[in-house]
Amino acid sequence: MRVAVFATCLVDGLYPDVGKATITLLRRLGHHVELPMQQTCCGQMHVNTGYPRQALPLVRNHVDAFAGYEVVVAPSGSCTAAIRHQHADIADQAGERALAEQARELATRTYELSEFLVDVLGVTDVGAYFPHRVAYHPTCHSLRLLRVGERPYQLLRAVRGIDLVELPNAESCCGFGGTFALKNTDVSSAMLADKMQALHNTGASVCAAGDASCLMHISGGLSRAGSSARTVHLAEILAATESATVGPPAPIEQVVA
Amino acid sequence: MTFLGMPTAGTTGKLRAARPSPEAAREALANTQLRRNLGNATATIRAKRATVVAELPDWAELRAAGAAIKDDVLANLEHYLVQLEEQVVARGGTVHWARDADEANGIVTELVRANGAREVVKVKSMATQEIELNEALEAAGIIATETDLAELIVQLGHDQPSHILVPAIHRNRSEIREIFLREMEGVDPQLTDEPRVLAEAARRYLRDKFLSAEVAVSGANFAIAQTGTLSVVESEGNGRMCLTLPRTLITVMGIEKLLPTWTDLEVFLQLLPRSSTGERMNPYTSMWTGATEGQEFHLVLLDNGRTATLADPRGRSALRCIRCSACLNVCPVYERTGGHAYGSVYPGPIGAVLSPQLTGVHDNPTLPFASSLCGACFDACPVAIDIPSMLVHLRSRVTDDKGRTPEAAAMKAVAWTMSKPGRWTRALRLVRLGRLLRGRRKVPPPLSAWTASRELPAPPKQTLRDWWGESGEHDGGA
Repeated sequence: MRVAVFATCLVDGLYPDVGKATITLLRRLGHHVELPMQQTCCGQMHVNTGYPRQALPLVRNHVDAFAGYEVVVAPSGSCTAAIRHQHADIADQAGERALAEQARELATRTYELSEFLVDVLGVTDVGAYFPHRVAYHPTCHSLRLLRVGERPYQLLRAVRGIDLVELPNAESCCGFGGTFALKNTDVSSAMLADKMQALHNTGASVCAAGDASCLMHISGGLSRAGSSARTVHLAEILAATESATVGPPAPIEQVVA
Repeated sequence: MTFLGMPTAGTTGKLRAARPSPEAAREALANTQLRRNLGNATATIRAKRATVVAELPDWAELRAAGAAIKDDVLANLEHYLVQLEEQVVARGGTVHWARDADEANGIVTELVRANGAREVVKVKSMATQEIELNEALEAAGIIATETDLAELIVQLGHDQPSHILVPAIHRNRSEIREIFLREMEGVDPQLTDEPRVLAEAARRYLRDKFLSAEVAVSGANFAIAQTGTLSVVESEGNGRMCLTLPRTLITVMGIEKLLPTWTDLEVFLQLLPRSSTGERMNPYTSMWTGATEGQEFHLVLLDNGRTATLADPRGRSALRCIRCSACLNVCPVYERTGGHAYGSVYPGPIGAVLSPQLTGVHDNPTLPFASSLCGACFDACPVAIDIPSMLVHLRSRVTDDKGRTPEAAAMKAVAWTMSKPGRWTRALRLVRLGRLLRGRRKVPPPLSAWTASRELPAPPKQTLRDWWGESGEHDGGA
């Protein structure tokens, strides 16, 4: 299958390893992978911060960028949800009917990574090897907007060597919430503290999730707290094999020590 | 349709946050006792609700029916309101129309005065809290006594409710004991903090009030347009006492509380108790139609921003709300800050969409942002109000209202950069300059808000797109 990867702006600029892992994994499963250079950002930050009109050119660019591809895969529940639930609406609000139609059509062939693997490819064992204790945090948008449900767990359970532990109150938000993390930083930090405590209680050395954005928040908190636990994207775990490990995950370089 | 009031935000009452919600939240977060009380209480109610909701195989259908019935009411509000008025009047009641809180308070005050009463007993009611009726009555020399146990705790504590259903959720039993000892007339000084003992003290205190009151004031959970029947559901029986004993009953009800027919109650009497207290059925369901001989019944229909809310197609479904508070109990923000941080009588997720709509976003600009958009509220809502989408919509109304701000300029610049891949590629290369910040202890705003509790990731040496372009990776693959 010819698969276009929508890396997301955050992965492109700050977490390229997540994008590389997504590409590596899909290739290992026998697919032809493209990273269309026209892609930029889904515009979710603009919409969710109250600037839907600013997101319109981003929707247009996104629709153009992925026009020729059979299927689009994104290593993000949140950005996939924006494409599925916001793009056509933004175009409709601006009176751009044709764009809205294109956005609706593109949404039907856009998948979050675990959806694509389990629903489209029908695989749960992707041949990964990751010998670490992992707690999986189901990100809110993958959970409640995409309803990925069991899919990430099915994929993780099939990973060789993994010690997958249950995260208490897993479905409680980590407190990221996009610009919420800046505008309501105290509440965001309180939510993060509880998430980190739950994580700590599992004894996991790795916190995994399907969104680099939530992981940026959690990893920033873990580093600040001096925790030895690290965050790793689901794609990185699934891309890891005996011959090409990604672990033990290296400490993430932080700007502010 | 004809609007009852002007579709503007001419509301009065307790709906406005006195200060920005992040500031109020910071203070609440510092109160560790409050956080413990809230954490325990919401976790308990959450678990109870989940159990009783899971029991019903047709919950999804009930939820859809609840939403559809309310949408019908909202689409035909004028028709149903007139029908309700006709039915109430035909059965001996009197109907009053109030544009805002001041009008409603004036009507109730005059009715109490006309009865020559100096004291009224009250059934727990969000509408009367919204209009600050107790304060208005007090200013007119009339004492209003709350008879719901938790409302009584709040009233005696000179406090504000912090939850729609459990207004004293922020108090634990030892705090309640202290309030009773300090404020409750004739209380046993040997009072312990056992829940049974505290309830008994309140029962004794309230009994005299029930027996002597000439006037009762209530809200309403539902009003049935078809028959003019009003309904209050409750747990303690205090409502039943207020609704039956005093000679005069005054009910203040938001105009959205209507149901078209009796059979519609079937849906809501399944949805409401399970969503609010986590019970299969509430202990007391009182229904009354008009007034019996020798008694008086007055119905005050309150707008106070509701028709303005109805005018917004993207916001109006907030008027489906049946005040169950399920969204509060599942909200990670509410769980940590409590209700006072929202500054309105309607706290939590529903408050964050309802309060700004009732007042207009100009008067409540921070509430729509008091959410991480996690979506737990939408899942829990028994009438399927898409609160996250509505919050996002209200955020755009706030930014429109504010006009030119540094944030708007920054958003515009980012959108301009991201709308063309060439600009974006170059901008990402600039982000790598952020590597120069490595090891620094201070960063400027807005990044400083991030680094208050989190480290900032250092940008990588190479972006994904540059790696793709340079590594010849695009030639590989199957």
